[in-house]
Formats: sequence, structure tokens, C-alpha cells
Amino acid sequence: MISTSLLTEFKTLLGKDNVLDSESDRHSYSYDAAVLDAVIPELVLRPTNSEQLGRTVALCNENKLPMTVRGAGTNLSGGTIPTKEHGVVILTNGLNKILEINEQDLYAVVQPGAVTAKFAAEVAKRGLFYPPDPGSQAVSTLGGNVAENAGGLRGLKYGVTKDYVMGVNFWNAEGEYIKSGGKTVKCVTGLNIAQLMVGSEGTLGVFDEIILKLVPPPVASKAMLAEFDDIAKASETVAAIIANKIVPCTLELLDNATINYVEDFTKAGLPRDAAAILLIEVDGGHIALVEDDAEKVLDICKKHGAKRVQMAKDAAEKNKLWEARRNALPALARARPTTVLEDATVPRSQIPAMITAINNIGAKYKLQIGTFGHAGDGNLHPTILTDRRDKEEFHRVEQAVDEIFDVALSLGGTLSGEHGIGTAKSKWLEKETSKATIIYSRRLKKAVDPNYLLNPGKIIGG
Amino acid sequence: MTADVHQLAKMLHELDDQMVACMKCGMCQAVCPVFAETMNEGDVARGKIALLENLSHEMIKDPVGVQDKLNMCLLCGSCAANCPSGVKVLDIFLKARVIVNTYMGLPAVKKAIFQGLLTKPGVFNSVMDVASKFQGVFTKSANEVIGSSCSRIDLAVIEGRHFMPLAKKSLRKLEPSRNTRPGKSGYRVAFFPGCVIDKIFPQVGQAVLKALTHHEVGIFMPSGQACCGIPALASGDKGSFDKLVKRNLEIFEKENFDYLLTACATCTATMHELWPLMSGDKTQSMQDRIAAMSAKVMDVNQFMVDVLKVSMPVEGHGTKVTYHDPCHLKKSMKVSEQPRALLKSNPNMEFVEMSDADRCCGCGGSFNLQHYKVSKDIGAQKRDNIVASGAQVVATGCPACMLQISDMLSQHKDQIAVKHVMEIYAETL
Repeated sequence: MISTSLLTEFKTLLGKDNVLDSESDRHSYSYDAAVLDAVIPELVLRPTNSEQLGRTVALCNENKLPMTVRGAGTNLSGGTIPTKEHGVVILTNGLNKILEINEQDLYAVVQPGAVTAKFAAEVAKRGLFYPPDPGSQAVSTLGGNVAENAGGLRGLKYGVTKDYVMGVNFWNAEGEYIKSGGKTVKCVTGLNIAQLMVGSEGTLGVFDEIILKLVPPPVASKAMLAEFDDIAKASETVAAIIANKIVPCTLELLDNATINYVEDFTKAGLPRDAAAILLIEVDGGHIALVEDDAEKVLDICKKHGAKRVQMAKDAAEKNKLWEARRNALPALARARPTTVLEDATVPRSQIPAMITAINNIGAKYKLQIGTFGHAGDGNLHPTILTDRRDKEEFHRVEQAVDEIFDVALSLGGTLSGEHGIGTAKSKWLEKETSKATIIYSRRLKKAVDPNYLLNPGKIIGG
Repeated sequence: MTADVHQLAKMLHELDDQMVACMKCGMCQAVCPVFAETMNEGDVARGKIALLENLSHEMIKDPVGVQDKLNMCLLCGSCAANCPSGVKVLDIFLKARVIVNTYMGLPAVKKAIFQGLLTKPGVFNSVMDVASKFQGVFTKSANEVIGSSCSRIDLAVIEGRHFMPLAKKSLRKLEPSRNTRPGKSGYRVAFFPGCVIDKIFPQVGQAVLKALTHHEVGIFMPSGQACCGIPALASGDKGSFDKLVKRNLEIFEKENFDYLLTACATCTATMHELWPLMSGDKTQSMQDRIAAMSAKVMDVNQFMVDVLKVSMPVEGHGTKVTYHDPCHLKKSMKVSEQPRALLKSNPNMEFVEMSDADRCCGCGGSFNLQHYKVSKDIGAQKRDNIVASGAQVVATGCPACMLQISDMLSQHKDQIAVKHVMEIYAETL
């Protein structure tokens, strides 16, 4: 239990409006976007400046309070669900400033609670580009993106969040300020702690400032939709595009089930009988080169068995094509009460095998599964449609998820392309890595967080 | 008490089918005007749904906290309009307010207003008539362009508000009733002015009547109309809401007409959507009557443009006019182009779009009374966007929004008139 005197200390430090201790308030921080059991924190704290953040962390450490840092709570693997006993949630939405956008040196300095889409828009106003675009970017925070190493639709060409993190300044568990990385393109000073922090899911420190790399934006883009009657052909097309040394910015796949759910929802005229569709966008710095790439991609699609390829003539047509992708999750989400969105990722060549396995698993456990995702980087989102209240069915969902990850690993894939490990997938971590890796990670954790208070239980368990 | 808690849990459990659709994705944070100010998860739809789920599962023993959280919502519907899963957020919140407030009991002031005044239109009108006569004793003019007033003395309860005075003569007195046959248009409509137009903006009602008459539309405007019921429902007083629905139904069922028109976005959404939504506990015959009446309800802008097809957009010059989308018109009724078309049909005005025209103004009916600071903070952004548009007139389609926008502009001493779209359209006739 948090003592009255400590509660008073927090209120003095942060102001009483930034210490949420009522039962109704605490409930609102007991979940994230992962389908997992809620855990109600004992206290919710919102620092609004760097000093408050450092002191908050130090106070939690002194009083042995487990800390879960939360941005927008869009996490899909349970990373922002507080730990079970006496956990506090530290909110970053009071630290949401964009501190600097440097147009000369192409970097920005942000506080962890800055919202991704707002940041991207501010950067764009200055003629620059921040490519990571997680699906939740309208609300997700940059601190959360870095902590989870978030991806997005542009991952194939532009990479994920880690590719844009130049530096991270953070408070360690004991409330000491740690600086790593910097504002120079070349910075190899000391241990590469900044990159260690990326994807660490709040287990190694609490972000205070993040330095992000910016790039020039593409000036032109072309998009197309290709239909296939065989998912293997779609997959071969993906590999062939890359083999032809064209890297689209986006290369998305929707399977037959997803196409039909989208069509039910939008009546947009998608081919219900297609085994799969690919949505492809190429971009670049010169319109002629982009058009040339687009024509080549169109030819490759046809050569690899596309039944039909529809190239968008203008922005309106392009937008219409992307409606199908944008509506994939809403369409699936409306089909059944509970939507379990998974994140199995395999080498590109293994996409047909993975999708076949997912469909077989769906049939075996009598579950509706729609699969869509970022085919270009092998990052698939099998989405199980269920009703969490049906305990028997939900047990089958859990078994199906287990098998999906087993298959992904057996195909040389990974547990997570962009959603992190959290508590949802920590049990498979050893299988993908090794026992020694887990032990090494735990030693590291112990060394920097001796009281084991920073988001305990996440990634490496314990 | 324990039995009551279990009963409450059972009733809330009935909302599970709607609440379970929430994926907890958090996308509602992007559009919730209240969350933008408070940054508290409990103020956004996802947080409230989580709280209600926990309540229905008896995990929480804090009904006061739930009530407070439920009331911390403008019912603007932005979250529902932006929800990937299509969660019917307003349905859930309104039903939950009924459940929680029934359990907690209505505060004495609300009970007096809803049960003593609102459901008795005769008494309500008389009280307002008296108030209209004596309001000058307590108030003084604040902004002549807007026509707003403020309190003569510094009263804590007023919180510095600038408000629109009650009209010297209500619409009910200026136009007690109408019952005309259709002319060339071939249409006959019923007109429901609603409380705010009747008592504060009768000129809006008159503009509607002028436009309908001009286009030779038959009008049925019966006397004795009552409030649409939204203030009572939003406070969880289902009993008063039901009484008001029944009274209005009986009055409007007396004649035949093609559409039941309103010039108030909130009344339109309430009568079109909430009347049938909240009728599940009624007899089948009553449900059918409500459904039939609700189906006829239409916003007057939509009627003018989609049915009468009157608007002929012109290249207007002169006074700059901008438009604020009322939440109940755009997000609930999907009406946004029609009022713009009407504004563009005025040759003496140049239409300019403001940023975030569809962002809530922060009024939210009783929300403004209970949470004025947050309401004012949200309204301040609307005011800034109106000023930045360079408009000399801001038009909208909801008298409640007119009240809020008037307050915001008036407090900043802005010389920008606040009008209903139909007032501006009627000027062209």
C-alpha cells in the first residue's frame, strides 16, 4: 500500500490534479490495446517537466514501487498494463513537447509524450519527413514508439523506429540522468545504450528526451492494386519486385477472408474471389523515376500471374485504393465482438506457407481468421475474430495463437515485427532466442534496475 | 444497498454486447475534445467503457466516481464517428447514465428542473416569460454585435459567462401556431422549433417559417410543444424523457405531414435517433409510433437542399461568413454540405472555411453548466479558429452552439456576429 505521507509527497511534487488515486481513475489505466486481463494500478502519476519525472522515478525506487510508463496506451502486447502488485503508472502525456526541429542538421528533439502524427505533421510543415507510421500514430506517442520499436506501413523501404533514433536521454531506476547518442550523424562514443533502449519496453529506464533522425520527403509516388487467384503467386511477386531492385515504400497484402470482410463493410468493389490482393506504392525523389518503377512493378505483377492490376491515375484514385487497406482492421473488428490482432513475421519467401498454416490453424480450432499485413517485410497480422466472453472459444483462440507463433518460428520468423513482446509473448522469447539470451538479458536488467521496478514482468518475465 | 448494486450490475451487463466491441485501441483519444484538455484516460470513451465493464462485473465499488466520469462527456459523438470498431458510444453512455443516475438518484435541482418545469411546458413557459421581463435587473449588455449580456454583479455561479438574453417575445408568442396547406412545392412539413429557438432565438424560427412559406411549403406548427427531452435524458432522467416524447408524439400525430423539421441539430439528433433508441421498454404499438415519427425528422438545412433543392451556389462577395459544424448535425446526422450550400447561395456573402470546423465547440448542454472551465477551454479553440478565418459572421445549425460561440466571442470582445444558417438564407429571399 502507498502510504498517506508518500501520496502527499507525490501531490506536493506533481500537483494534486496530476496524481490520480480514485478508484474510477485508476481503472482507466488498467489495460492497453492488447486482449489481456486488466490490472489496476495503485496510483497514476503525471509529471509535467523533466525534474518532476526524475524525482518521481527516484521516489518510486526509494519506496519499491513498480513503475509502468504509459504514453497513449495503444500497446498490443501488454507493455503498458501495470504490474500486479502495488504498481504505479507514470504518464508521459504531460511531457509532450517537440523541443527542436533542426532543418539544417536533420534531427528533432522530442519529449516522450509527443504524439507521433502531430510530430510528423510539424516536421512535414518544414519540408522534412519522419517515416515511421504505426497504425495508431494519430494517438500513439514517440516515447511509446521508441520503447516498443514500432513499425508501420512504410517499414519495407524506410525501416522502423530504431532506424530513426539518434539518441535517448533517460532516468534510470534510481533517478539518475543517463545520456546516450547525440545529434551528429556519426556518433560512436561509448556503449550504444540508445539503441539498447529502443524496444526495451520501459524495462531499463524512463525516457526524458529523444533525438530523432529526419529525412527529405519523397516528391512523387504511384500506387496500384494487384489481384491474384493464388496467394503463392502474390508472394512470388513480392519477392520478384525486390529482386528487381525496386523497394516500394509500401507493399501490403490482404488475404481472401480479409478482402471479403472489407467488401462486406465498404462495398468498394474488391474482388471477392481473389485469393489475395497486393497494394503497392512506390515513391522517390523524381517523378520520372517513380513512374518508371511503377511500370516495372506493374509488369512484374502481370508476369507473376496477377489477374488484374489497377494503377491509380491520380491522388483520388490512390486514396480509393488505400481505403481497402485502411478498412481492413475496422472491417474485421466489426465482424465479431473481440479482435485479437497478432503480429507473426516471417521471411518474405515464407508468406504463402505462413498463410496456409494460419488458415489450417483457423480450421482446426474452428475460428474465423483474416490475415493482412506488410507483405514486403513479411510482417503479417493474422486477426482472430472471437468473443472474449465465450471462455471455451477464447481457450481455442489461445491455443491457435500458440500454434501460429510456433509456425512463425519454425519458418525462420520472429515473434514480433512491430508490436513488441510485453507479457503477451514473453513465454516464447526463449524459443526464438536461447536460455542464455534470457539469462544475459536478466543480468543486464538486474545491473541497471537492482530493485527490479521498471516495468517488471515484461519481455524477459521475472 | 447490496441488492441494488447487484441489480445495477445486472442492468449494466445488458450493455456488454455493445461494450465488448471496444478494442481498447485508443483512437478515440485523437478526437475527444475533453481528453484534449484534461489528458485523462477516464475522460475518453475507451476509459469510460473500461470503467463500465468493470462496474458491470462488480469489480468496483465507486458509483460516484463512475457517475462523475460519465458526466465528463459532451456527448458530441466524435469518438463514435472515429471508432474503427463502430462502437455505439453514445448509446452506451446514455443508457449507462440512466442506469447510474437512477441508482444514485437525481440531484434536487435537476429533479426540480426536469420534473417540475420541463415536463410541464405551461409552467416552464410562464416562468421563462417572467424571467424575460425581469432579466434586465440582473444583466447588462456585453457585446452589441453579438447581442450578448453579462451579469451586473460578480456571481460565482455565473463564472464570468456572457450569455444570450431571453427574447422579449418568444417565438410561441410571435407565432403561436401555423397550419397551412402545401402550395407549389407539394410538401407539407411540421416544424419543431425547440426550447432555445423559442425562448432565445425566435428570429431563427421566423427565418425558417419565412423560407418555408417562400417556397410554398405547407406548415404544421402546433402549440403546446414540449422539449425534445435531451436535457433530461443526458442527466439520466428517463422518466421525464419518456413524458416529453409522449407529449410531443401526441401533438404531432394530430396531422399528416411529410417531414418533421427542426432547426436545432441537437433536437434533430434526439428525435431522429434517441427517441427510438430509448423506446425498447415501451409497448410494441408505442415503439411503432415513435419509429414512424422519428423517421420523418429532418434537419431544415437538409430539407432545403436535398428535398426542395433550393440552393444555387453563387460566387458571393461582401461579408465573410464561416460555418461551424454542430456535432449532432455532422457526426450524428451526417449533414455538413447542405448548410454550406445554403450559405454559399447568399450573393452578399463570401464563404470562408475555418480550420477544424467540425471540432466540438464545447457546449454539450449541461456539460457547460457542470464543467465550465473545460467547456470554456474547448470553446476558446473554436473562437481562435473563427477569428483566424477572418469571418465577420459565424453561422451554425444549432442554437446551443450559438450560445457557446456567442459566449466565447463576446468574452474576447470580438465583433463577429453569430447567426443560424437559416437566418442568412432567409436574407436572400
